[in-house]
Amino acid sequence: MSDHAVSLPAATGAIRLEASGPRGPKPRHVFSRRNIFLYGTLIVVALYYLLPLYVMVVTSLKGMPEIRLGNIFSPPLEITFEPWVKAWSSACTGLNCDGLSRGFWNSVRITIPSVILSIAIASVNGYALANWRFKGADTFFVILIVGAFIPYQVMIYPIVIILREIGLYGSLSGLVIVHSIFGMPILTLLFRNYFSSMPEELFRAARVDGAGFWGIYFRIMLPMSLPIFVVAIILQVTGIWNDFLFGVVYTRPDTYPMTVQLNNIVNSVQGVKEYNVNMAATILTGLVPLVVYFISGKLFVRGIAAGAVKG
Amino acid sequence: MRYQFLTAALAVTTALPFAGPAAATDLEVTHWWTSGGEAAAVAEFAKAFDATGNHWIDGAIAGSGGTARPIMISRITGGDPMGATQFNHGRQAEELVQAGLMRDLTDLATRDKWTEIVQPKSLLDGCTLDGKIYCVPVNIHSWQWLWLSNAAFEKAGVPVPKNWNEYVAAAPALEKAGIIPLAVGGQPWQSSGAFDVLLTAVGGTDTFLKVYRDKDAEFAAGPEVAKVFKAADDARKMAKNTNVQDWNQATNLVIAGKAGGQIMGDWAQGEFQVAGQTAGKDYTCLPGLGLNEVIATGGDAFYFPLLQDAEKSKAQEALAETLLDPKTQVAFNLKKGSLPVRGDVDLEAANDCMKKGLDILAKGSVMPWTDQLLSQDTQKQKEDLFSEFFAKPDMTVEEAQKRFADIVASAD
Amino acid sequence: MSKSERPNQLFRNLNAKVASIPMILTALVIFVGGSAWTVLYSFTNSKLLPRLNFVGLDQYYRLWSTPRWLISIENLLVYGVLSLVFSLVIGFMLAALLDQKIRFEDTFRTIFLYPFALSFIVTGLVWQWLLNPEFGIQGVVRGLGWESFNFDPLYNSSIVIYGILIAALWQGTGLIMCLMLAGLRGIDEDIWKAARVDGIPMWKTYLFIIIPMMRPVFITALVIIAAGIVKVYDLVVAQTSGGPGIASEVPAKYVYDYMFFAQNLGQGFAASTMMLLSVVVVIVPWAYLEFGGKKRV
Repeated sequence: MSDHAVSLPAATGAIRLEASGPRGPKPRHVFSRRNIFLYGTLIVVALYYLLPLYVMVVTSLKGMPEIRLGNIFSPPLEITFEPWVKAWSSACTGLNCDGLSRGFWNSVRITIPSVILSIAIASVNGYALANWRFKGADTFFVILIVGAFIPYQVMIYPIVIILREIGLYGSLSGLVIVHSIFGMPILTLLFRNYFSSMPEELFRAARVDGAGFWGIYFRIMLPMSLPIFVVAIILQVTGIWNDFLFGVVYTRPDTYPMTVQLNNIVNSVQGVKEYNVNMAATILTGLVPLVVYFISGKLFVRGIAAGAVKG
Repeated sequence: MRYQFLTAALAVTTALPFAGPAAATDLEVTHWWTSGGEAAAVAEFAKAFDATGNHWIDGAIAGSGGTARPIMISRITGGDPMGATQFNHGRQAEELVQAGLMRDLTDLATRDKWTEIVQPKSLLDGCTLDGKIYCVPVNIHSWQWLWLSNAAFEKAGVPVPKNWNEYVAAAPALEKAGIIPLAVGGQPWQSSGAFDVLLTAVGGTDTFLKVYRDKDAEFAAGPEVAKVFKAADDARKMAKNTNVQDWNQATNLVIAGKAGGQIMGDWAQGEFQVAGQTAGKDYTCLPGLGLNEVIATGGDAFYFPLLQDAEKSKAQEALAETLLDPKTQVAFNLKKGSLPVRGDVDLEAANDCMKKGLDILAKGSVMPWTDQLLSQDTQKQKEDLFSEFFAKPDMTVEEAQKRFADIVASAD
Repeated sequence: MSKSERPNQLFRNLNAKVASIPMILTALVIFVGGSAWTVLYSFTNSKLLPRLNFVGLDQYYRLWSTPRWLISIENLLVYGVLSLVFSLVIGFMLAALLDQKIRFEDTFRTIFLYPFALSFIVTGLVWQWLLNPEFGIQGVVRGLGWESFNFDPLYNSSIVIYGILIAALWQGTGLIMCLMLAGLRGIDEDIWKAARVDGIPMWKTYLFIIIPMMRPVFITALVIIAAGIVKVYDLVVAQTSGGPGIASEVPAKYVYDYMFFAQNLGQGFAASTMMLLSVVVVIVPWAYLEFGGKKRV
């Protein structure tokens, strides 16, 4: 076993995966003081978290005259879907008045290959680091982790030069590579932790059977790592979908992702700021990652338990 | 006409290799014109360019030049240049030109006699490096304007001021009426620009040139400039209740009569126009803050990155010609609220404010602006200083002036 | 077990090495190479384009005498410490609350986590809107009759960084809570039983038994929070653009502004080198202790 893992008593991956039910002392009565305190706190905190979403939704359903009246918390008197339609299909940036719709498909085209490539690379890295440690591997890993702390802005210029030299600047593949590079540190950390928490016996048995590097990866490791893949997919989909900086620097207008168009729409003030359109555009842009979260919330926690708990 | 003949010839040559609609060469043009008036203006360019049989691909990047320029520069240095791009002519693109990334337009300029048609002549200087011309100026923008809301002064019960000093005197009355005396948006270039305008208006053209052209740090620390800082202090007090970021939102406060006035370049005019307001009736404009009527010949220009593609290079020439075409110049500048770069066009449709500007231009009261005199680095330091000065009431005038002199001392 | 005892070590390690090529390339070319390049050019007077025209430490002298840089550093320190502490504390408390066998756990968890799905740009915009003194929280409370109510962090230089912190915590604590919750679920039920049998109060059990056992979780959380702190940029740009004045500037924004807006690469590189240096000084020794150096036994 990895000595990093001994700090946890439930030391095998298998046990931990099952142990995802709630722990802690059992509740007693429904209206005990403890319950009132517990749920009271949770509800108050939940309101704080929900407030911005509420304001976004409510504002996006109001017309501009109503917004000028001022109260951002009041529900719309007259519900209108106009801002949504406008945000999606007719808000203007310069001469382009096709809203976010164009950016949506660009974002899809950027996100899918980037997520696949970055996860493929990171999972193999993590596997190599956890099970096949070669001399120097740790050094590279440390560099990678330090890399996670380097502000992206610092790297923009060197990467512009590198992409130019290999002729990928401005192309979709260039952007996919950039996303894979910057997703690598945290993902590799997650996969490495996950694979080192798998029972060593599995690996040994496979070795005895004569399986090689790729054989073990594809036949043993991969089928057992669904939870961590879910986490990686969620993290990458949100990260890449939400990316603004790389999207704007390494693409061109006809391939701008949705976030860049969101920024363009929000910052292209034509006279009065159209807060309702801005809010609708904001929600539309965040919709994909939000849906991913709402669907896979439970898997996410379970996957995190598997990948992040071990250091 | 020569011009029409050329475009016709171009249309033929570009049409030859392909048949049908594919003949149009797509040319991507990046710019940061996204406010209402600006977008309407740039649409005129696109329309005129499309009429030449080519196709304008709009690459607008929102959020002012500061946001857009890094992206444009990365694209050009990254080897994925656009067909043409906006810069403020002057020193913004200097190094790109030196690095050989920009197309030399001298031949085209000689052929079309730019030196004869572009007025005032100093405009082309901003495009010239080592005797070669690298950009097409499309308009003259001058910063030195004060825009006043007639309605706001009426509400406050004071006459609309005729110059900066009267304006400052009217500030308490405005404030009493619940009106923000002066609107200054939060974007750093706005406060820095407002100071430069005060420097020309309160200090005078010579003071401005001594500080920014001669970079005389001792002078910048002296009593002449101290007067300007005193005026900036007034401006800061008058502006303290503005809480908008974008310049056009600040303009909008003036349009709505919520603010008394704004120191802003003539591009603000486009916003008044979009809002349907009339110069003289709804708003008043004072060039040079009513103190020193000059026009700075800053402005926007288009640069053409060096491209390998012969078709696109031809389209670049077509665009360059379109931009200087008299008809396009008129249409564009009327919407943009800026002055045309050629003296031979008829601006009948121009409103009062633009006519004031044209008069000053005709008198030859022109001066260079910071885009030509200072590097972006110095500009940025200035922006940092003045955005801090305007936002921090406890920063003393003396401290600000000392730091200003330091910036001037290290300016390049 | 030790890898070196395996047969055909060379060949198999070769396979692993081949598989690690993307990682090695990223580490060496991008992170090391890019950083070295940045450091090298920080000693030059490069303007718009990188040029090898050395000026010694000039850029650093200028950097450390620039008020905006000093404010950026101060802001990052305040923001960093508070965000680290609050993220960990709030994240842990929420996780502990959710771990009390409560009903609707899924709902609560989803509510706490959803902001993480939104980008910093979106977060910044929403909170800019909520904290707007005219029609945001302040305006609404005043509208209810409390005229003197004052809450305008984004327009007040001295507290603007807390306005940014509020938004950052809203966006980021959900993920930390998830990590903590996962960690709590990994604690053996027997520990709780034993603590109860011994009559140790719950808070003591958490503080002295559970938290020390969750060290790896805290470390992962720390890496994620700290990396986010150093990189904070989009949020500030979207929420305040560094304003009012320069009161909410952060180092990453200084780097970007001077590299690109001011077209002074040398100055931007000097600032990024300082950031890099502080990251390396703090992180490398720790990362080596945590992840490297130890041989699997």
